[in-house]
Amino acid sequence: MQVPVESYHLPNGLLVTLSVDHSAPIVAVNLWYHVGSANERKERTGFAHLFEHMLFQGSAHVEANEHFELIQRAGGTLNGSTWLDRTSYFETLPSNQLALALWLEADRMGALLPAMTQQKLDTQRDVVKNERRWSVDNQPYGTWWERLPALAFPPSHPFHHSLIGSMNDLSAASLEDVAEFFLTFYTPGNAVLTIVGDFDRDEARMLVARHFAPISRGTTKPPLDDMRVPAKFGSWRREVVEDDVMVPRLFLALRSPVFGTDAYYAASVCGAVLGMQRGSRLHRALIREQEVASEATAFTYDLSKGSDLLVVDVTARPGVSVERLETAVSEQVDRLRSDGVTAVEVARAVALIETAFISALQSACDRADKLSQFATYFGDPSLVNAESERYRAVTAKEVSAFASERLGEDNRLSLVYVPRSWNATVIA
Amino acid sequence: MTSVPRPQPGAPHPYAFPEVARAALANGLRIAVSRMPRLPLVTVLALVDAGASRDAREAEGSAALTASALGEGTKRLDGADLAEQFELLGTGLDGTGNWDGATVRLTVTPPRLEAAIVLLGEVLSTPAFRGRDVERLKAERLAELLRLQAEPRALADAKFAEFLYVMGSRYAIPEGGNLVSVRSLDTAKARAFHNRYYTPRTTTLIFVGDVTFEQATLLTERALGAWSGGVPAVEAVDDRTVSETRRVMVVHKVDAPQSELRVGHRGVPRRHEDYFPIMVMNALLGGLFSSRINLNLRERNAFTYGARSAFDWRRGSGPFVVSTAVKSDVTDAATREIIGEITQLREETIGDGELSLATAYLDGVFPIRYETTNAVADAIAIAEMYNLGEDYYDRYRERVRAVTIADVRLAAETHLHPDELLVLAVGDANAICEPLRQLALGPIEVHEAEEQGASR
Repeated sequence: MQVPVESYHLPNGLLVTLSVDHSAPIVAVNLWYHVGSANERKERTGFAHLFEHMLFQGSAHVEANEHFELIQRAGGTLNGSTWLDRTSYFETLPSNQLALALWLEADRMGALLPAMTQQKLDTQRDVVKNERRWSVDNQPYGTWWERLPALAFPPSHPFHHSLIGSMNDLSAASLEDVAEFFLTFYTPGNAVLTIVGDFDRDEARMLVARHFAPISRGTTKPPLDDMRVPAKFGSWRREVVEDDVMVPRLFLALRSPVFGTDAYYAASVCGAVLGMQRGSRLHRALIREQEVASEATAFTYDLSKGSDLLVVDVTARPGVSVERLETAVSEQVDRLRSDGVTAVEVARAVALIETAFISALQSACDRADKLSQFATYFGDPSLVNAESERYRAVTAKEVSAFASERLGEDNRLSLVYVPRSWNATVIA
Repeated sequence: MTSVPRPQPGAPHPYAFPEVARAALANGLRIAVSRMPRLPLVTVLALVDAGASRDAREAEGSAALTASALGEGTKRLDGADLAEQFELLGTGLDGTGNWDGATVRLTVTPPRLEAAIVLLGEVLSTPAFRGRDVERLKAERLAELLRLQAEPRALADAKFAEFLYVMGSRYAIPEGGNLVSVRSLDTAKARAFHNRYYTPRTTTLIFVGDVTFEQATLLTERALGAWSGGVPAVEAVDDRTVSETRRVMVVHKVDAPQSELRVGHRGVPRRHEDYFPIMVMNALLGGLFSSRINLNLRERNAFTYGARSAFDWRRGSGPFVVSTAVKSDVTDAATREIIGEITQLREETIGDGELSLATAYLDGVFPIRYETTNAVADAIAIAEMYNLGEDYYDRYRERVRAVTIADVRLAAETHLHPDELLVLAVGDANAICEPLRQLALGPIEVHEAEEQGASR
């Protein structure tokens, strides 16, 4: 199965990806800017995400919140998303509204700053602070996704600090920061524009040129600090967090090959053998047989620079101590490392991954996101068509070799949540 | 840059909801097939009239437990082997329930469909419900309930239903049951629930994707043609509410940085003649990002990351509720704004632009909702569950477009009841009670978060 893909650059550097599909009168427009929390200054944690909010506050020819209203009035859906190394903006509309989406995206890429005001920044700052309270501070285990990268990458590393940011840094963000960030990172050369769905390719090329070609090339972004880290942690790191939770939960992370490399696919299959669905080793052993866990999964972060992380996420059954949980997980990881995997396990994992991959190509929005991902990281969106084949090529021997090399005690990180004890003092 | 004028839309391209072909086996099992050959995938959804509303009193959670236990093994295969058989075909088996139906779902590539349907047939007609597996799932549900007590959003949803509906109403207890009811469940109850409610006459197999009608009916006949069973007697859910006067409930969570707010009252059943006006009315009240409540609480006041309103559509009258999480010190102000928006929608006529925002959105977004085999299967299941008629999705958009300003006003007057609102806040009672009292909405009760019998 092949997705039709063509891509080209505008003279200002914008990488454009087109994928035609006339099966429904729908079109998805997706922009990836190659900037995320990794690009923030150390004293402005959370800024890339706050900035994403500001991109919905209007631009030179669009009023505050009009972006949302125009898309919804056109019968479309939209959102944005910030990650460690990218920020994405996307909308799906009836296909006769393609020009509207391109006009809106071009207006904010070309002329955001005239619309920025102190009041808008103050409002979105408070919205983001509430987002932090909602998703991190007032959520059991909610801090895991800022604690884990902090443990996995050294303090000087761009992936170390919090994506949602600290309240202090959010408070300090200024309109000057907005202008500087915009001019530095929201340039055509640092972006990928993907269009998927029911459109005429000549017309789409013409519309893209009309709306995006006038945007000036702008400056080149500064390089990130050195992303390289050793392939393994070098030791077994462990952090225990007392939290308002009822049962212990363990995140066991290890450094693994970055997204897109040949070695990544073996690591990804290894993660699926370990923790994808009910036939996985962790589910069978910890949930079904030993009954020490109520949930057990494994996943990769899919980071394309520095190091990826393979993470095992296991929640204890009530009454099971954290020591017992950790022992049970370690046993499975040790066994996988020493004994390797079977061909049947690999076949199961690859079959599940393949169905999930084809399923993710169904919606124009998801398909566009995948194309933007490959275009942003590797400059080649057509790599999406190699995914199934690359997974199918993975052998049990390769997975076993990965396990043997990376699943050792010299490459583990445990982040452990335990219920706050009755007389607990608050830990910093 | 030079300014390019705001573009106008071109002519819309035609769209039709995927056609659905139907058949029934001699044993009464219904089949619905919708061909979407775009990608090499088939979703199969078995819909059984065995949702949470069928739970017996004091055995709440039976439906959810039974649906999830289906995947734990058949008379021939134990749970681990069954999971492996499905997963070698590239699919999990997802057995779950909602209020008005149980669903068992799988998605495979076409060459694996036949083997998957054979297994699915075995799962539906000869599940094992081995004691150890059922006890394990029960323990997992109890663990989840404990976990949810520390999770403010789920706790707020559960407490809102508990305070809204009369004791004994199935709607007062979560779909999956509570700590007391789940403890009472066992293998015998799951088996009895299955025997009674899972029959060919209560089941529809929905196929969506790269599959033909002939293939789907043939495979179903082979897999489930010999299954037998009748139509069980059923009762409607008691959906009466505790009170029809305004009340405030605070569920105390020590030092909570935010309050989870729920403001609402009983809604209306899914099969209601005002469904379309209500849906449009709700879209502009709190259903859309650009709705009154979200723009007020998020964009104007920055009280929250987001706020929304929803009618929970069921066979009986599910709740209508506004949901948001706000910083503790604005709990009272946010409550006042929410009630103000509900009241205002009843008292003032909306403008053309506001109506068209909602209707244009619901009309235009319709094809986008049905891009995937899963989404189309779910849509067919909903029409089946609520008996909405075979032309329901073909007529949906014209019915949305037909809603007028007067319809919305009438829907607001008829179906929003500011004087009957139940206001629930899960948050730091020490910080939020007094300000809420100052609003003088009605009597305030303070409750503890943890349910009786919860252990740490």
